[in-house]
Amino acid sequence: MLLLERRPQPSRFWIYSTPLLAIAITMISGGALFALLGENPVEAVLAIFWEPVFGEFSFYHRPQILIKSGPLVLIAIGLSLGFRAGIWNIGAEGQYIIGALTGAAVGLAFYPMSGWFIFPLMVVSGAMGGILWASIPAFLRTRFGANEILVSLMLVYVAEQILAKMALGPLRNPDGHGFPGSRNFQNYPSAHNAELIAGTGIHLGIAAALVSVMFAHVLFSKHILGYRIRLSGEAPRAARFAGVGTSRIVFFCLCTSGALAGLAGLFEVSGPSGQVNIDFNTGYGFTAIIVAFLGRLHPVGILFAGLLMGLTYIGGETAETRLGLPSASIQIFQGMLLFYLLAVDVLSNYRIRVKPPKTRSSA
Amino acid sequence: MKLLKFLSGVATALSLALPSLADEKLKVGFIYVGPIGDGGWTYEHDIGRLAVEDHFGDRVETIYKESVDEGADSERSITQMALEGADLIFTTSFGYMDATLNVAKKFPNVKFEHATGYKTAPNMSIYSARFYEGRAVQGHIAGKMTKSNIVGYIASYPIPEVIRGINSAYIHARKANPDVEFKIIWVYTWFDPAKEADAATALVNQGADVVLQHTDSTAPQSAAEKAGGVITFGQASDMAQFAPLPRVSSIIDNWAPYYIARTQAVLDGTWVSTDTWDGIGPGMVGIGDISEAVPEDVKAEALALKNAIASGEYHPFTGPLSKQDGSQWLAEGEVADDGTLLGMNFYVEGVEGEVPN
Repeated sequence: MLLLERRPQPSRFWIYSTPLLAIAITMISGGALFALLGENPVEAVLAIFWEPVFGEFSFYHRPQILIKSGPLVLIAIGLSLGFRAGIWNIGAEGQYIIGALTGAAVGLAFYPMSGWFIFPLMVVSGAMGGILWASIPAFLRTRFGANEILVSLMLVYVAEQILAKMALGPLRNPDGHGFPGSRNFQNYPSAHNAELIAGTGIHLGIAAALVSVMFAHVLFSKHILGYRIRLSGEAPRAARFAGVGTSRIVFFCLCTSGALAGLAGLFEVSGPSGQVNIDFNTGYGFTAIIVAFLGRLHPVGILFAGLLMGLTYIGGETAETRLGLPSASIQIFQGMLLFYLLAVDVLSNYRIRVKPPKTRSSA
Repeated sequence: MKLLKFLSGVATALSLALPSLADEKLKVGFIYVGPIGDGGWTYEHDIGRLAVEDHFGDRVETIYKESVDEGADSERSITQMALEGADLIFTTSFGYMDATLNVAKKFPNVKFEHATGYKTAPNMSIYSARFYEGRAVQGHIAGKMTKSNIVGYIASYPIPEVIRGINSAYIHARKANPDVEFKIIWVYTWFDPAKEADAATALVNQGADVVLQHTDSTAPQSAAEKAGGVITFGQASDMAQFAPLPRVSSIIDNWAPYYIARTQAVLDGTWVSTDTWDGIGPGMVGIGDISEAVPEDVKAEALALKNAIASGEYHPFTGPLSKQDGSQWLAEGEVADDGTLLGMNFYVEGVEGEVPN
């Protein structure tokens, strides 16, 4: 009989090895899935994990992984602050949209003027947009005790409607023959979030993601605020006795994550995406929740989790195009990876023991 | 500088890929907005792809990618396809326009074909079908068949193609039945079975006994079947599995001849950037079998209308027609020019509601 026995301390060995174990299990069961679909399983798994990084076209794919991971890391870092304090911002997708809209609106207002100050203004405005959207659940929670999970989630759908309205109305390209969508920032140098180093895919948003990782690390390891955040999450009563202001923590966590999500939106709309359109948001705000937990709410962990997610996206696309795999099979593969990562986590807190079954008089 | 570096990378990649090109197969790629199994828009494009494979056999290899988002992700998917060695790439949704153009600039030797857009390049063609011709036939049948005089319309995005369809259906429904009214729901998606079904149900609840759709799935057909007493039309594909009721007819997109002709042009080295907009006449738009649920006389009128459009004798946008605000658009006997139709962003007189903006 197998027994799970709680470890007195989480095992350091397993904390670091479980992700690798999960990847290995995913490769095996994913390979089985692809084999059932009639593909060569080794080729399919290599297409996902190997091709984008070391394959023939990695000169194109590596930068794409960064482009895909950047917003995920930036948003997930913000979310991890709140998650550690027990404040659940589920609406980063909405803050991402509003940040993109407010930032883009500033840029478009200056069109066709050129000036060094335009892009910085857009950045500030994007962050403010995200803060504005996140401060609504913060206010409703601190003032009326409204559940921030529901409020922030519902505001995503409101933001999507505003996005559609803006793409069809005020921000629509006047030279676009009546089609929805704003002007393309790629054709407006003063407002374009271009690559910092050509061919690397690294734009300001990715730089910002790295900076946010460092800040979060310093915040949690060195700063009193980081301690208070953790205290509010782990021992709310003790935090209150210690005089940690709950409202302040709620506002700080929600608004910071809003600001980072808003920034991610702004960098995306002015860079890789290029324009405000009805379909602008592609779920970064939701995927970032997974990234935050995959990274165990630790800044460096989040960085790696974001890169891993980016890799499975790009690798999944490579496998689809190259082998003609259905897109649903790639989603299943990604789902498996997340499932196994969470499932094998049990090994870091528990040990498995084999125990001979005992015979008892009463069951 | 950035471009140069990219191109040199591409050149290296191509030289590496050359041995595999030695078999001289032409690689044709397709980018789809929905899953192949949508039973509508993407399904028909994939029928076109299979027809290309059938027609050319060993001389051509096709690749495709389904469910590609119309945002920043589409540019990467198209680039990946070009890197994988595709010589001709069809991008089959309006939202891929800017992405296709960007990739076309980076791969001057690859030919691109974008469906339903308006931007071209020396190596990028555009093609679309005059779906509004089919909508005219549909509108006529809808006007004759409705008993409640309320026709529901599931609209996707307020782009000219969709607005043109609404106007064409409305004009011909009104001609068949002066009391008819249109109720329009905008769902802002091409493919979302749940949303489409909800919209169909909402329209039926508002009294519609005819539901027209400009979205890609068969969900509205199922919803209408469940509601009972409601008729529908297959969209993009025949959707014959819902005949004879609720589906009484359909508009079928027939891309196969175009895809074969364009592939042939690349093989022959005669491919040039073109702008194609074909309708019922050349066979790009088909009208599916009109089921026995439609009375014989209505069916005969509908077929006569279809033939008149096909022969060019009748244009669905022929004056006198006014815009929604009452201002005159086309004088008696005047026919709309393609420029106005391509940028259409207004309703004709009588349609209620506003074009969202």
